[in-house]
Amino acid sequence: MKILVAVKRVADPNVKVRALADGSGVDLANVKMTMNPFDEIAVEEAVRLKEAGRANEIVVVSIGPEKSAETLRTALAMGADRGLLVRTEATVEPLAVAKILKAVAEAEKPDVIITGKQAIDDDANQTGQMLSALLGWGQGTFASKLVVGDKAIEVTREIDGGLQTVSLALPALVTADLRLNEPRYASLPNIMKAKKKPIDERTPADYGVAVEPRLTVVRVHEPATRKAGIKVGSVGELVERLRMEAGVL
Amino acid sequence: MTILVLAEHHDTQLDEATAKAVSAAGRMGGEIHVLVAGSGCRAAAEAAAGLAGVALVLLADAPSLSNRLAEPVAALVVGLASGYDAILAPSTTSGRNILPRVAALLDVMQISDVIAVDGPDLFQRPIYAGNVIQTVRSTDAKKVLTVRASSFPAASIAAAAAPIETVAIPEDPGRSTFVRSELSRSERPELAGARIVVSGGRALASAENFETVLAPLADTLGAAIGASRAAVDAGYVSNDLQVGQTGKIIAPDLYIACGISGAIQHLAGMKDSRVIVAINKDPDAPIFQVADYGLVADLFEAVPELHTAVAAEARA
Ligand SMILES: Cc1cc2nc3c(=O)[nH]c(=O)nc-3n(C[C@H](O)[C@H](O)[C@H](O)COP(=O)(O)OP(=O)(O)OC[C@H]3O[C@@H](n4cnc5c(N)ncnc54)[C@H](O)[C@@H]3O)c2cc1C
Ligand SMILES: Cc1cc2nc3c(=O)[nH]c(=O)nc-3n(C[C@H](O)[C@H](O)[C@H](O)COP(=O)(O)OP(=O)(O)OC[C@H]3O[C@@H](n4cnc5c(N)ncnc54)[C@H](O)[C@@H]3O)c2cc1C
Repeated sequence: MKILVAVKRVADPNVKVRALADGSGVDLANVKMTMNPFDEIAVEEAVRLKEAGRANEIVVVSIGPEKSAETLRTALAMGADRGLLVRTEATVEPLAVAKILKAVAEAEKPDVIITGKQAIDDDANQTGQMLSALLGWGQGTFASKLVVGDKAIEVTREIDGGLQTVSLALPALVTADLRLNEPRYASLPNIMKAKKKPIDERTPADYGVAVEPRLTVVRVHEPATRKAGIKVGSVGELVERLRMEAGVL
Repeated sequence: MTILVLAEHHDTQLDEATAKAVSAAGRMGGEIHVLVAGSGCRAAAEAAAGLAGVALVLLADAPSLSNRLAEPVAALVVGLASGYDAILAPSTTSGRNILPRVAALLDVMQISDVIAVDGPDLFQRPIYAGNVIQTVRSTDAKKVLTVRASSFPAASIAAAAAPIETVAIPEDPGRSTFVRSELSRSERPELAGARIVVSGGRALASAENFETVLAPLADTLGAAIGASRAAVDAGYVSNDLQVGQTGKIIAPDLYIACGISGAIQHLAGMKDSRVIVAINKDPDAPIFQVADYGLVADLFEAVPELHTAVAAEARA
C-alpha cells in the first residue's frame, strides 16, 4: 500500500502572529516556521502504518516556496520515503491546492491520502474534503483512529456529539485530528539519513493548474483585545461581583 | 439572490446553530431556503419552517441520510445548487465535513467560519486562531460559506410557517458506509449553546475530579462542562467537550476557567464570552489577561467553596 501525505509549512503555533500596520496581510518576517502540527500527526500515522507492515511507501508533498523543502525534510526524517515540492511563491488557496494534489494523486496512485484537518495559519479546514471530492473518493475527516484493511479503511471521527466511525472503500482520504497519535521527534541519525532521500520539484503549471485566487483579501486587522479585568480577593467577593456587577448569576 | 442553508439538526429536533446560520444568511439579503437532510426528520423541517426569514424548507428524508455522511449529503446539495446564489452551513463538524466537498464539486473557493457578513460578497473570518481577522471578497459567482454560529443571533420564530417541499434524493456515491457512533449522553446543557460554561484544564488531574470537583458547581449553575485540550488528551473528559481553535468555539454569558493556563489555542474558543472568570494558582497565568474576574487560588479549595456559595444563594 502507498500513502501520500500533504504537509504545509506554517508559522509556529506558539507565535502570536500580528497584522501588518497597513492592513494588507500578516507580518511573517522573522517568524519561526514549522510543519503544520496536524500534518506532523498525518506523517506519523503514515510512518506507523509502514512500521506495522501495512504500507510500503510514503510520499510527502508540499506546495509552497523553496523553503517548504525544509518541511519535506522533516517529514523524511520522521520516516517518509520521498518528497515532492510543488514550488510556487504565490498564495495558493485550498481549492487550488486540492487541484494540484489531485494531479499528484493521479500520477502517484496512492491507496490512502492523509492530510491535516486544518492548517493553523488560515484555519480553513477544507483542503482534504475538497481533494476527496475532486477525486470522487470517500473522506474520513477529523480522524482519531484508523484501522486499515485490504479493501477498506475504518476511520473513527471526532464530531460535535462524540465519535463516529465510518468505513471507506479504498482508495480513500483521511484528515488527521489531534488525538490520532503523538508525533515523534526525528532522531539525529534519521535527520542525517533524510538528507539523502530524494525530493522532486515541480510547479503548478506542470500540472496545468491555475492558482489565481478566488478570494481577494480586502483587509486584515486584529480584533479588539479584551482588557484584563480585576483580581478578586476571595470566593465571596467573586460571587458578589458576578451577581451585582456583571449580572450573570 | 436566493440562499440555501444546510440545516444542523438531530432529526426530531432542530439545532440552534441553524437559526443562527439563517440570521447570517439574512445579512446577505435575498430569499432564504433551508435544506433539512436526514432520516425521520420532518419534525426538524417543521421547526425550520417556523424560523423568521425562511421562505421555503426542502425536506430530504431517507434512511441513507441518517448519519449525514459527507458523500451522499454533498451529492444532494450539489444537485440542488443550480437554483441558488449562495450555500451556507453552520461551521459545526457536520458543516465543516460536508460543505468543502460541495464547494470543490462546484469549483468554488469556500469561505470558512465567517464571523461577520459585510455584504453579499464581503465576509470577515478569523485566521491564526482568531489573533487576526481577515476581510475577504469572493469573486466566485456562487458563494459557499460556513458560518460561526456563536457570532450571530438566532433567527426568531416567524408568525406564519414557511411551506415544506420534499426533494428527490440522488443515488449514494457508495464510497462510505456508517459503522457506529458513540455519542456522549449528558443531562447537562449542550456546550455550544449553554449560557454558562464551567471549564477544567490539566490541573483537574483526573476524570474523577471533573465529576467530584467541577460537576457539582456546573449542575448548580445549570451550566455545561468544557475542557482544555490537555484535559481531553489525558482522557479526563470526552473529545466533544474540548474548547478551542480545534474544539468548540463558544460565547456563553459566563465562562469559568478552572486550572487552565490560557494558551492561544484555548483562548480562540472562548474569548468572545461575555464574562470570563479564571481560577488559577499561578498569578502570571495568561488566562488572567482575558479574565474579567481572576481569582488566584488552588481550584481544589476555591471551586468547592464557590459551589457552596452559589448553592446557598440558590436556596435563599
Ligand atoms: C505542535 C507542537 C507539538 C509539541 N509537542 C510536544 C511534545 O510532544 N512534547 C513536549 O514535551 N513538548 C511539545 N511541545 C512543546 C510544548 O508546547 C510545551 O512547550 C512543552 O510541552 C511544555 O513542557 P512542560 O515540561 O511544561 O510539560 P507540561 O506542560 O506539563 O506538558 C506535559 C505534556 O503535554 C504535552 N504538551 C504540552 N503542550 C503541548 C502542545 N502545545 N502540543 C502538544 N503537546 C503538548 C507534551 O507531551 C508534554 O510532555 C509541542 C509544541 C507544539 C507547538
Ligand atoms: C495545533 C494545536 C491545536 C490546539 N488546539 C487546542 C484547543 O482547541 N483547545 C485547547 O484547550 N488547547 C489546544 N491546544 C493546546 C494548547 O496549546 C495548550 O497546550 C492547552 O490548552 C493547555 O491546556 P491547560 O491549560 O489545561 O494545561 P496547562 O497549560 O498545563 O495549564 C494548567 C494550568 O493549571 C494551573 N494549575 C495547576 N494546578 C492548579 C490548582 N491546583 N489550582 C488552580 N490552578 C492550577 C497551572 O497554573 C496552569 O496555568 C492546541 C495546541 C496545538 C499545537
